[in-house]
Amino acid sequence: MRIRRRRDSAYNGIPRWVMAMAAVGALLVLLPLAAMLGRVNWPQFIPLITSESSLTALGLSLRTAAASTVLCVVFGVPLALVLARGDFPGQRLLRSFVLLPLVLPPVVGGIALLYAFGRQGLLGQSLEIAGIQIAFTTTAVVLAQTFVALPFLVVSLEGALRSAGSRYEAVAATLGARPTTVLRRVTLPLVLPGLASGAVLSFARSLGEFGATLTFAGSLQGVTRTLPLEIYLQRETDADAAVALSLLLVIVAVVVVGLSYRGPAPAGSVSRTARPGAPWRVAA
Amino acid sequence: MRPALRAAAALAAGVLAAGLAGCAARPGDAGDAGKTVTVFAAASLKAPFTALAEQFEAAHPGTTVTLSFAGSSDLATQISQGAPADVFASADANTMARLSGAGLVEGPPRDFASNVLTIAVPPGNPASIASFADLARPGVRTVICAAQVPCGAAAKAVGQGAGVTLKPVSEESSVTDVLGKVASGEADAGLVYVTDVLAARDKVQEVPFPGAEQAVNTYPIAAVRTAKHKEHAAAFIEAVLGPDGQQFLRGAGFGTP
Repeated sequence: MRIRRRRDSAYNGIPRWVMAMAAVGALLVLLPLAAMLGRVNWPQFIPLITSESSLTALGLSLRTAAASTVLCVVFGVPLALVLARGDFPGQRLLRSFVLLPLVLPPVVGGIALLYAFGRQGLLGQSLEIAGIQIAFTTTAVVLAQTFVALPFLVVSLEGALRSAGSRYEAVAATLGARPTTVLRRVTLPLVLPGLASGAVLSFARSLGEFGATLTFAGSLQGVTRTLPLEIYLQRETDADAAVALSLLLVIVAVVVVGLSYRGPAPAGSVSRTARPGAPWRVAA
Repeated sequence: MRPALRAAAALAAGVLAAGLAGCAARPGDAGDAGKTVTVFAAASLKAPFTALAEQFEAAHPGTTVTLSFAGSSDLATQISQGAPADVFASADANTMARLSGAGLVEGPPRDFASNVLTIAVPPGNPASIASFADLARPGVRTVICAAQVPCGAAAKAVGQGAGVTLKPVSEESSVTDVLGKVASGEADAGLVYVTDVLAARDKVQEVPFPGAEQAVNTYPIAAVRTAKHKEHAAAFIEAVLGPDGQQFLRGAGFGTP
């Protein structure tokens, strides 16, 4: 991130028509958000977002999104490594399938999860016999969020791994480091910024997850009704509450994404000391 | 640089607006040669209204009926934001009252159908639900609508009438979601409308219970004030209230208003 920003300020020959198109793109995102701001009932804003149901939903959203992010890192890092460094038949196919939740409508993801982990589902029946119930529990929410958020981590990290290249890993290996040592001491420190931004994206995606949760997990206050589901429900009767909660969700998302992309993230400093040159620039 | 940027932003806004305007094909614009009636109707009315619309088109040559089905409150919001609807058929009186209170519909709305709750269970009734009280039995996974939506308000009223406190595992935002949870076997039972069970055919079974009539949901219909083809809108409403419309509604499980 830091490197790219420096390069942009050194060269600023963006054609005006590109700027115009960029402005259209930015407007497309900002205009609806600005319009929503205009509809906020400001005198009632604080009471609306601090109501018991709102706070419960926000707390549940933050907890489940954090849990999903952990799961994304635990399973996404190995997946990204296998996809970026591995060489095996079916690799491209595996990548397509892992990235599928990016393009699937979340409701389709919810239906698929239902057939896997639901009571009548592939695994669900055995789980039910073992006394584990997933449907209508917070576990279902975390599963749904992980399902939709995992590709964000895999894509970010695989890109970072590819740009970093495997030169340093090869050097470390010739110096006698075992694969796990190479992974821990060379590979991961090199791609830490990529991993961090991937984790942030996963968190943000989990926070906004709606369709799969609604289809798969249900909606019960404090158990499965996350902030997006609460907004969806409030909008049936109380438009002001729905708008206020939407703004709250936007604020949380902006804070999370903004904080992690800016500031002296420890991730950046670690990777700077770890890399002798600038592998990103070398690769680019 | 600044003025250039501002000009670019203005240009961009123009491009964006032009682009979006190009995409926005409004129903009703195209069909002025043959007239189009655009009907916004509650999702539960899909089967009877589709059948009625076909018959209406046959009886009024040159007229096209465009149907848009969604949750009543979604449709009401769309209409209040200027959606080009000629007729609005709502699944509950409150939603219609919201539009009529804002002066967005012509005259007083007219009730044309009613619907009551029933218990839906997955095929085979795995949890052996036999009565309303069974819904509150420990271990039974019951799904109902949230109190904010009409079917949830009705579920609450019926529960109070029966003196049973439901502890649902999920409170859904729409009756369709309740039905889906039951049909997929995730839930042991759900409170849905009689018409939903009929429409779902063999995907769910019905367990009727006495006392359902304590919460009758009435469906009102009205012409939208900004309707383009007022006489056709009125004719369609008459068709819904007339014998043919009522017959289609009865066939789908709706009661008399």
